[in-house]
Amino acid sequence: MSSQHLGDALARLGRSGIEGCERLGRGGLFLLRTLAGLPALLPRPGLLLQQIHAVGVLTLSIVAVAGLFVGMVLALQGYYTLVDFGAEESLGVVVSLTLVRELGPVVTALLFAGRAGSALTAEIGLMKATEQLAGLEMMAVDPYQRVFAPRFLAGFIALPLLAAMFSAIGVYGGYLVGVSLLGVDDGAYWSQMQASVDFADDIMNGVVKSVVFGFVVSWIAIFEGCDCVPTSEGVARATTRTVVHASLYVLGLDFVLTALMFGN
Amino acid sequence: MNKRSTEISVGLFMALGIAALFVLSLQVSNLTQLGDGDGYRVNAWFENIGGLKTRAPVTAGGVLVGRVSAIDYDAERYRARVTMTLFDQYNQFPLDTAASIYTAGLLGEQYISLEPGAEEDYLRAGDEIALTQSALVLEQVIGQFLFSKAAE
Repeated sequence: MSSQHLGDALARLGRSGIEGCERLGRGGLFLLRTLAGLPALLPRPGLLLQQIHAVGVLTLSIVAVAGLFVGMVLALQGYYTLVDFGAEESLGVVVSLTLVRELGPVVTALLFAGRAGSALTAEIGLMKATEQLAGLEMMAVDPYQRVFAPRFLAGFIALPLLAAMFSAIGVYGGYLVGVSLLGVDDGAYWSQMQASVDFADDIMNGVVKSVVFGFVVSWIAIFEGCDCVPTSEGVARATTRTVVHASLYVLGLDFVLTALMFGN
Repeated sequence: MNKRSTEISVGLFMALGIAALFVLSLQVSNLTQLGDGDGYRVNAWFENIGGLKTRAPVTAGGVLVGRVSAIDYDAERYRARVTMTLFDQYNQFPLDTAASIYTAGLLGEQYISLEPGAEEDYLRAGDEIALTQSALVLEQVIGQFLFSKAAE
């Protein structure tokens, strides 16, 4: 009896392991075929433009508002901590390093997964459920070239730009609170920041992070949509999985990238 | 939404993103200060550099005249060798200029301060600054203070 249960449990474990490997393999193949579909975009930049509008321009407002408030909160919290040490002049360093190195890429990627990634999964999942993708194939139109590649590239381009805007707006939000509200010296805010933030070590590493996140989030979002069970429930579950998995991967990768790049 | 307004909004979006990158590189980071990185290198040997780091400022009279470009330990002299790059426009430091390591503020970073001497000749690339004053190490200062108190 108990050996029967043990056998069942082992079988379940094995099945989920095999399914996981299968999904990983399908995801990898999917990515390769999507990347192979990218050159087909060259004669049709309009497709890409449309997708950048969908995932980039429409995400801009939430990223801008979030960046402003995150910068303002950072300045407020940083000020109250620094003022105990008489080091409130370093507020600009705290705000800018936090934003450029961590919060800019990470929070933007999380917002992007929630706002644009879920929309991508739902759209592609619905295309699959209503057999539009099969229809495209029937008409000898490759969905990888026509549907997936432009969406993937759009996410890949849009996320680093959004992250840069997030950080820039956040720095000005911090300026607003730190200098205008709390009375930190105007010159010290900028000069301390410029003295401590290194272009290659901080700004470029932040950009590298957001490029990696853009790649991963777009990949997960489009793959989940393409791989979903073609029912309304399947699309709903795929959308949930996109947001959950993309967020977890972003946070996990962030640790790995930070450990690799900000070592020394 | 028609095609043209989509194009305009995407163009605006890309321009804003690139502008944000420019703001980050020019306003936030030290990229603007890298331009004056051209200069000549001089060496100085210190007993103790304390917490001095590469890229630390080198000042004369409080004005930034260069940066520390390398720090290593000289096993022959048993001293720390600090290589600093002085900007080309400040090429009139006398040979007997003195270099001291000071701390900016109570918790601030350490920097090198140059005090010009009276020699006729100027420092050139590869020259050595002979007169150096090490960083203040708090434990040594307290130790000396206690020692002198005990001697009284």
